[in-house]
Amino acid sequence: MIYSFIFAFIVGGLICVIGQLLMDVGKLTPAHTLSLLVVAGSILGGLGLYEYLIDFAGAGATVPITSFGNSLTGGAIAEAEKHGWIGVLTGMFEVTSSGISAAIVFGFIGALLFKPKGTID
Amino acid sequence: MVIVFGTKPAILACAAVTGPLEKRSVFKSYFDTIMDDERFQENTNEKGQMVLVQEACQVLMKKADVKNLDIDYFLSGDLVNQMTPTSFAARELAVSFIGLFAACATAVSSLIIAGLLTELGASNFAIAGASSHHNATERQFRYPVDYGAQKPATAQWTVTAAGFALVGKYHEGMPYMAAATVGKVIDYGQDNPFHMGAAMAPAAYSTITTHLKKRNQKISDYDVIFTGDLGKIGLKLLKAMFAEDGIKSEELNILRDGGEEYFGEDTRFQAGASGAGCSASVFYSYVDLQMRTGRYKKVLLVATGALLSPLSYQQGETIPCIAHAVELTV
Amino acid sequence: MNEQRYQTIEQQISPKPPIGMNMLKAFLVGGIICAIGQAISYFYIIFFDFTEQTAGNPTVATIIFIAMLLTGFGLYRKLGQFAGAGSAVPVSGFGNAVISASIEHRTEGFVLGVGSSMFKLAGSVILFGVVSAFFVALIKLILVTIGVVSW
Repeated sequence: MIYSFIFAFIVGGLICVIGQLLMDVGKLTPAHTLSLLVVAGSILGGLGLYEYLIDFAGAGATVPITSFGNSLTGGAIAEAEKHGWIGVLTGMFEVTSSGISAAIVFGFIGALLFKPKGTID
Repeated sequence: MVIVFGTKPAILACAAVTGPLEKRSVFKSYFDTIMDDERFQENTNEKGQMVLVQEACQVLMKKADVKNLDIDYFLSGDLVNQMTPTSFAARELAVSFIGLFAACATAVSSLIIAGLLTELGASNFAIAGASSHHNATERQFRYPVDYGAQKPATAQWTVTAAGFALVGKYHEGMPYMAAATVGKVIDYGQDNPFHMGAAMAPAAYSTITTHLKKRNQKISDYDVIFTGDLGKIGLKLLKAMFAEDGIKSEELNILRDGGEEYFGEDTRFQAGASGAGCSASVFYSYVDLQMRTGRYKKVLLVATGALLSPLSYQQGETIPCIAHAVELTV
Repeated sequence: MNEQRYQTIEQQISPKPPIGMNMLKAFLVGGIICAIGQAISYFYIIFFDFTEQTAGNPTVATIIFIAMLLTGFGLYRKLGQFAGAGSAVPVSGFGNAVISASIEHRTEGFVLGVGSSMFKLAGSVILFGVVSAFFVALIKLILVTIGVVSW
C-alpha cells in the first residue's frame, strides 16, 4: 500500500513537470498546456496505454487532467464497441461525468459562498 | 509633438486615494486617504472604483477649497471596459467631462489637455488624473483573481489607486507646466502581456528623447525624470537604451520609475506596480510634494501606457505602447 | 535604437523563468496532490463499496470540493504562484479554473455571469478533450471495422 502512494506521487509529479516544461520552455498559457495534456491523455487512452499507467500509479494517473482525456476516449470507445458509429458520440461522458458535474456544482456553490479577493498574503 | 505653455498653467493641488493593499507602498505616507475595504463598501469592483474616483476628487476639492460648481472640466480615464467607473463618478461630480483613454498614460495625457484648456482661457479649474482598481483590471485583462496561474518575475501588480491634480492659472510658488510632449505610439514587437515593462520602455525612450531634443535639454537638466509604471525590468531596459546612447550612469540615476519603487523590494509583487493609478498616485502625491517643498525644481513626468486589450492579445497582436511627458517647474 | 537591437537587450536583461526550480516545485506539489488523491480513493474503497476501478469518480469530486474551499479562501492562487503546473495540471486545477471564474462573475448574476462565464478558462479543456476523444474513438472504430485492430 505504501508503494501505491510513492508511485502516485512520482507519476503524478512527473506529469506536472511535463506541464511546467510546456509553460516555461514552450511558453504556453495554462489553457494551452492543459488542452495539450488532455489531447495527449486521449491519444494514450486510444492506444490502450493509459490503462497501464492507472494500474501502476493509481491516483498518480487518474488525478492529473490527462485522465480526463483518457476517460472521455474510454467512454467513447466502450460505447462504439456496443453500438458502433452512434456510440462514439453517446458514450463520451459515460465515465467522466464526475469531474465536470463536480466542477459545475461546486462552482455554483462557490459563487454563492465566496467573493473574489485581491490580497497578496 | 512638443507643446510649450506660454501662460504656465499651474498645479494648484493634488490628491491620491488608494485601496488597502497600497499601505504596503513606500509612498504610503504621501497618500491622502488609504481606504480599508478593497471594494470601498460597494458590491462590485467597478462601483468600488467609482467611489475611489469620487473620493479622490472630493479630497482634491477640499484641499484646494473649491466646490464642484467651480470646476470647469473633469478629464480622466481608467482601464475598465468603456471606462464606466470614471464616467459614473463624473455623473456624481456633475461637471463638464471628457473621458480619456491612454491606458496607464492617462495620468499625464489628461494633465496635458487640462494645461491646454487653461492656456486657451477656457478653464479656471480643471481636474486631471486617472485611476485603476486591481480586481477590476485583473478580470478585464488577465484571469479571475482567484485563479491559480503562475505569474512570471516580469509580471506587474495593478494597484488600486486614484491620483488627481487640480490645474489652474499660473500661481506664484505652485508647480507649473512649462512644456509637454504628446507621444507617438511605439511598437517594438513585444507581445507578452506579463512583460509590460519591456513593451512600454521604448515608448518612454522615444518620448523622453523627443522632448529633450526639441527643448534643447539634457537629462541632467532635470532633478528627476519620473516614468509611470515601467517596473523593475522596464526601468532597467530604459536605462540600457540611454546607456547605448552614451549617457553616463550617474546621469541615468536621474531616471526613476513609480512602478519600480511602489512596493519596494517585496518580491511577491514581481516586477513592481502598474496601472493607471500607479503613475497618477505617485505623480500627484509624492512628486507634487517634493516640488512644493522645493526638493525638486524641474521634473519630467512620463506616464507610459500599453495599448492592448484582451481581444488584441488573443488575436495575436503585438502590444503598441505610448508615453506622454509633461515638464513641471517650480 | 532599432527594433532588433532592442530585442537583443530585452533578452539579456529580462529574467528567465527558473526552470529547474519551477520543475522541482511542480513535481513536489503535483506529486503530493496525487498522493492525497490516492489516500482519498483508499478511503472510498475501504469505507464505501467502491473498487479500485470505480473509486476514481468520487476521488475527483472530492478533490474538486477541496479546490473550491482553497479557491474561495484565496489559497489556490497562492499555491498556483508557488507550484505552477503542479497545481494546474491535477484535476483540482480544472476545478480552480471553473470555480474562480464562477466567483469572479457572480456580480453579473447567476444566469448572465456565473452561468455563461463558468467555463471561460476550463472550456478549452472540455472542448479539446471531447473533440480528441471523438476522433480517437472514430479512428479506432474504423481500424476495427477494416480489421486492422480488435477492441
